[in-house]
Amino acid sequence: MSLKYMEEYRDADIARSLVEKIKASSKSKIRLMEVCGTHTVSIFRSGIRSVLPETIALLSGPGCPVCVTDQKEIDAFVALARVDNAILTTFGDLVRVPGTVSSLQKEKAEGRDVRVVYSTMDAIDLAVKHPDREVIFPGVGFETTAPTIAAAIKTAQQMKLANFSVYAAHKTVPRALDTLMSSELTGIDGFILPGHVSLVIGTYAYEPFFQAHHTPCVVAGFEPADILQAIWMLVEQIENQTPQLSNAYGRAVTSAGNEKAQALLDEVFETSDVAWRGIGVIPQSGLVIRDLFAAFDAGKKFDLVLPEPIEPKGCACGEILTGVKTPPDCPLYKTRCTPMDPVGACMVSSEGTCAAYYRYHG
Amino acid sequence: MKKPDKIILDHGSGGKISHHLTTEFILPIFNNPILADLDDGAIFTIGQERFAFSTDTYTVDPIFFPGGSIGDLAINGTVNDVTMCGATPLYLSVGLILEEGFPIHDFEKVMDEMGRAAAQAGVKVVTGDTKVVPKGAADKIFINTSGIGIIPKGIDVCSKNARVGDKIILSGTLADHGVTILTQREGLTFDAPVRSDSAPLNQMVKKMFAAGHAIHTLRDPTRGGAGTALNEIAQNANVGIRIEETMIPVKPEVSGICELLGFDPLYLANEGKLIAFVGPADADAVLAVMQEDEFGKDACIIGEVTAENPGQVFMETRIGGLRIVDMLTGEQLPRIC
Repeated sequence: MSLKYMEEYRDADIARSLVEKIKASSKSKIRLMEVCGTHTVSIFRSGIRSVLPETIALLSGPGCPVCVTDQKEIDAFVALARVDNAILTTFGDLVRVPGTVSSLQKEKAEGRDVRVVYSTMDAIDLAVKHPDREVIFPGVGFETTAPTIAAAIKTAQQMKLANFSVYAAHKTVPRALDTLMSSELTGIDGFILPGHVSLVIGTYAYEPFFQAHHTPCVVAGFEPADILQAIWMLVEQIENQTPQLSNAYGRAVTSAGNEKAQALLDEVFETSDVAWRGIGVIPQSGLVIRDLFAAFDAGKKFDLVLPEPIEPKGCACGEILTGVKTPPDCPLYKTRCTPMDPVGACMVSSEGTCAAYYRYHG
Repeated sequence: MKKPDKIILDHGSGGKISHHLTTEFILPIFNNPILADLDDGAIFTIGQERFAFSTDTYTVDPIFFPGGSIGDLAINGTVNDVTMCGATPLYLSVGLILEEGFPIHDFEKVMDEMGRAAAQAGVKVVTGDTKVVPKGAADKIFINTSGIGIIPKGIDVCSKNARVGDKIILSGTLADHGVTILTQREGLTFDAPVRSDSAPLNQMVKKMFAAGHAIHTLRDPTRGGAGTALNEIAQNANVGIRIEETMIPVKPEVSGICELLGFDPLYLANEGKLIAFVGPADADAVLAVMQEDEFGKDACIIGEVTAENPGQVFMETRIGGLRIVDMLTGEQLPRIC
């Protein structure tokens, strides 16, 4: 997307007129959840909360990939960094997340070869460059990131790269929405659905969820005006009692999504029950590597000895990720847990709810 | 904050974690009032003259990048640090740590660029030292420079001097250097026309002082970016700062890369920019001379100092919202999606 396009969606006049529309329409008190961490940050950065009427509460959901990565998975990444002769390549925001005994950042300080890369293909390049080393990639992320990792696995297979592997810890969004609605505590009146994820899976992927719950859902882009547009649509649907599954990000998201990416996901991964940090196991919400590609599955390739995971005491990550609590409700927030010395993953990633609250004093 | 058991990269980020290392482990050892100010350089008096003295160590990967190299960075950085104390930088020292095997051709190139930068800034390198360490004990070349300058009579700038009503002038676009380095590192193959802004600012500052006397604070927002620099000033002077998002210049290509990686240009490094706090009566005159200088063409007023919220920085956003601008914590890391 050109920057000019983004500037337009940040345009103050468009945003201000949307705020007026929201104020005019919003009567009853409602709770809206932005599922995606990029939305959370955009809402803080543009000061959206400060322009909304008091009737609207915005909750941050479980859509920061680092935040929902289970402690056991972080422990596995640490164990992989310790594999003899390994280069552990990772996306940047994973390195600070504390596992049970260590973090990738600490392992790097201990002298393990942990390298931040910007794409899985960079990890492939490293594997080609260093045929005598084991290049391992922790596959973390939602439907947005998973296709690129599937593509890397396929590339590695085509290139017969025996020294490249992925530890897949991917999660998918629609199933998590079901879990959020099944908790009576959350009381969510409407969802701002993630733009990037929807670009891949299409709006149709949310149909089963919408048919089951009839909760208003709007797919949104990431500029302030995109988010305000989605909030206005949700307010209208709630006030008029006309719940819909709608798309406010039509310039990028279609009903069918990116079918090529979906096919790639299906070829390399299969769904499985996985644990989300603080939330627990959500059935069929994970993507694991199919047997056909087992040679590239780091979980199978290396014999990992993992510590018994000890969840940090008092950390309210789970309740924060589901909108039951906000970060200031957590006893550790700003005291024992800060971005300088995080306890939970929500305080680590720049897109984590606690880190965003901390940074912008939410 | 818990006592760390090892140095991690975040200790060098210029944000809160670096600050903790400085204040908890270094300051108590060398405890003295000149150091305790923690400004860009030390300001002290010998005889009748006031001096500014500053030191900085440069490690950058890659050592050559569009718009500069570790050589001109090492000269410009120290020239600017001395300049931000209100001083005219005069003499520099250069300490070199070279890794065994470093190509002599690259060494010559770095020295050339240091020489050119020193000539451009009008400073003399008067002393130096060279060490060579075994391969792997350093990464190609590390450079330390120290600089000393005289503060002309009548000039008194430091972060504590910012006062309510001051206009905040930024000399140009943010994050050019930070984004350039990011795009040059291994693994990020952007084909974007971004260049480091590495430049000496002493000539422009000289003209600024000639145009207006009410310059209270100068700061070059290097590591940690403008967001961290503004927070330090707000805390040291115990004043509030309010800036406007729409007034902050960022090049479209820089902004685009930041969008993609989830970086905030407010926290990325600049190597040829300054922030000036100027009394309202003199602000327009100071701004005008900056805009005439080659390193201040895009200068503009981005906000002002307020009595409300002392110690904090607030930004009015493009959509009319208000948000806090905090100090950087550790190094910004690219996000997953």
